[in-house]
Amino acid sequence: MPIQVIIEKCTACTLCLKVCPFDAIRIMDKPDGSGAASDSRSHKKAVVNLDKCTLCGACVPACKFQAILIEKDATGSQADISRYKGVWVFAEQKKGKVQPIAFELLSKAKELAAALDTEVSAVLLGWRLEEEVQELIWRGAHKVYVLEKLELANYQDEPYTNVLAELINKYKPEVFLCGATSIGRSLISRIAVKIKAGLTADCTELAIDKEKRMLLSTRPAFGGNIMATIICPNHRPQMATVRHKVFPEAQCDMKRKGRIIYENFDGAILSSRSRLLDIIDEIESTVNLSEADIIVSGGRGLRAKENFKLVEDLAKALGAAVGASRAAVDAGWMPYSHQVGQTGKTVCPKLYIACGISGQIQHLVGMQSSKVIIAINSDPYAPIFKVANYGIVGDIFEILPALTKKMQEVIRK
Amino acid sequence: MNIIVCIKQVPETTEVRINPQTNTLMREGVKSIINPFDMYAIEEGVRLKERFGGKVTILTMGPPQAESALREAISLGADDAILLSDRAFAGSDTLATSYTLAGAIRKIRDYDLLICGKQASDGDTAQVGPGIAAHLDIPQVTYVKKIEEIKDKSPSGEKVIRVERMTEEGFEIIESPLPALLTVVKEINAPRLPSLKGLIRSKQAKITHWTHKDIEAGFENLGLSGSPTQVVKIFSPPPRESSQMLSGSIEGLVEKLVRIIKKEI
Repeated sequence: MPIQVIIEKCTACTLCLKVCPFDAIRIMDKPDGSGAASDSRSHKKAVVNLDKCTLCGACVPACKFQAILIEKDATGSQADISRYKGVWVFAEQKKGKVQPIAFELLSKAKELAAALDTEVSAVLLGWRLEEEVQELIWRGAHKVYVLEKLELANYQDEPYTNVLAELINKYKPEVFLCGATSIGRSLISRIAVKIKAGLTADCTELAIDKEKRMLLSTRPAFGGNIMATIICPNHRPQMATVRHKVFPEAQCDMKRKGRIIYENFDGAILSSRSRLLDIIDEIESTVNLSEADIIVSGGRGLRAKENFKLVEDLAKALGAAVGASRAAVDAGWMPYSHQVGQTGKTVCPKLYIACGISGQIQHLVGMQSSKVIIAINSDPYAPIFKVANYGIVGDIFEILPALTKKMQEVIRK
Repeated sequence: MNIIVCIKQVPETTEVRINPQTNTLMREGVKSIINPFDMYAIEEGVRLKERFGGKVTILTMGPPQAESALREAISLGADDAILLSDRAFAGSDTLATSYTLAGAIRKIRDYDLLICGKQASDGDTAQVGPGIAAHLDIPQVTYVKKIEEIKDKSPSGEKVIRVERMTEEGFEIIESPLPALLTVVKEINAPRLPSLKGLIRSKQAKITHWTHKDIEAGFENLGLSGSPTQVVKIFSPPPRESSQMLSGSIEGLVEKLVRIIKKEI
């Protein structure tokens, strides 16, 4: 039995039962029926329902009496994890430009590396990247591993996976970070399988257990209603992806020095069975939703497609991106690429302004980690007000144009 | 055109939360549903079958009650369904899950296309789709919003697919030989409702059950043993700062909003 309650240690305190996400633990009479009758609790013990238990492990650290054991075969682990050193950041580039997410990762990587007393390295794949390499050093990379090949000019799953897996096997970093972007999420999942490493997706916090040299990755689960901290004890590298805007960008210091290591691979490792035929940029405003500092979002309360102009005008005045609720997208008022929520995008800008959005839970899970939320809605009972820092019960058709006008004046000054 | 669609039964996540007073999970009345993104994967599979012939097989890994998700998929037009259920699979993280599903797909053997939803709504990892493709060593395209074309390439006769892949800025057009794995987003289609015929079929359909014995799997790669990651703590997100309701005249409200916006940016 992989999970076991040590009956002698269990006090039926119910702590385990409270943390079990799967409702798999009950306090029941001790299986053998013995136990003193003097204390009503002493013959009660925690019992795990194996049909419900997924062995997630949440109960083990919750037990103050070390009464729950989960046995895990260590056979799957790698022989010598102590040979793995250093914190690596995948420096995602598009059209030859390193993306801001790489600088956000570098700021965290520096902290993690300091805690581990090791170095930060960036790895950059692409074509004609000289200036970009320098910037990664200025932003805090001690080393930059570079591979410049025409085949790598644009992201493609297979060659990027092959090259990175090769570099990881060659240099053995202990931590590998990557953006939770449309590129990062495709790439890193493939690499993790290829090198049999542990991977934690969409982390919102990363820390180090110094004693065990372990990465503690914290991420939202169940649509952000629950946070989980995840470790990867026996495999290296410990891989994690981080969403846009979770960490601040590392500052640029042009005095910083670092080493550039040029790699060279050729042949089959660069080949791809799938072919990228074209790249089409279609979002008219230059700000994309995932990377925006401010998002102005509209919902059903706008009543018609043409009224979305009110949201777009305010977004323009603020230099913000335009978001939309599912209702607005399903009504055909905005394209799907603007949808925020469970079946759309998850965003966490500095400021989210929700206009005429009631705040169905499916919307909230996509935006509730925004730093500041302003909600304007005519319904005082709209659930959006529960997550908003500032709420206004009012008419968006009056407030939005007035606010846009005022912001234009303020910015002109 | 034989298609395998991988789905996951998830709790209607939106209802799972931690009670702040007692710090316990509130789970009363949490329904199980097919992961929302997987509904688009099923629909796309069924549409391709209707155009090109062949069949759609639904594959899921989960506890015995996940059978109801498979029956629902059959009511939507799928032909066969396989449930991978075994205590040996418990505790699987995304690496072990993709290993197990890939093992089942190898056993099914005859397939042109694998379709998954972009991600599952309970874990949100988006790792299992690409993980399966990596285990099977086939090409993948993630975030697919449209299948433009499937054709036989001359002179080789090799089947290729051309799709649109959603990115942060727009989309990419990608061509891949088959077999390949796609993960799909909501924009790809509007899923149908079950037909009466489908509902009857779903009640009668035989669901195939497989355990670790049915797939060629090493125990060290399954379940907890095959999972490098491990949850050490589960807790409630920090509560938001309490909300402040603003009121007053339009001019007054606008003044206040401008002050807040200026402070935050």
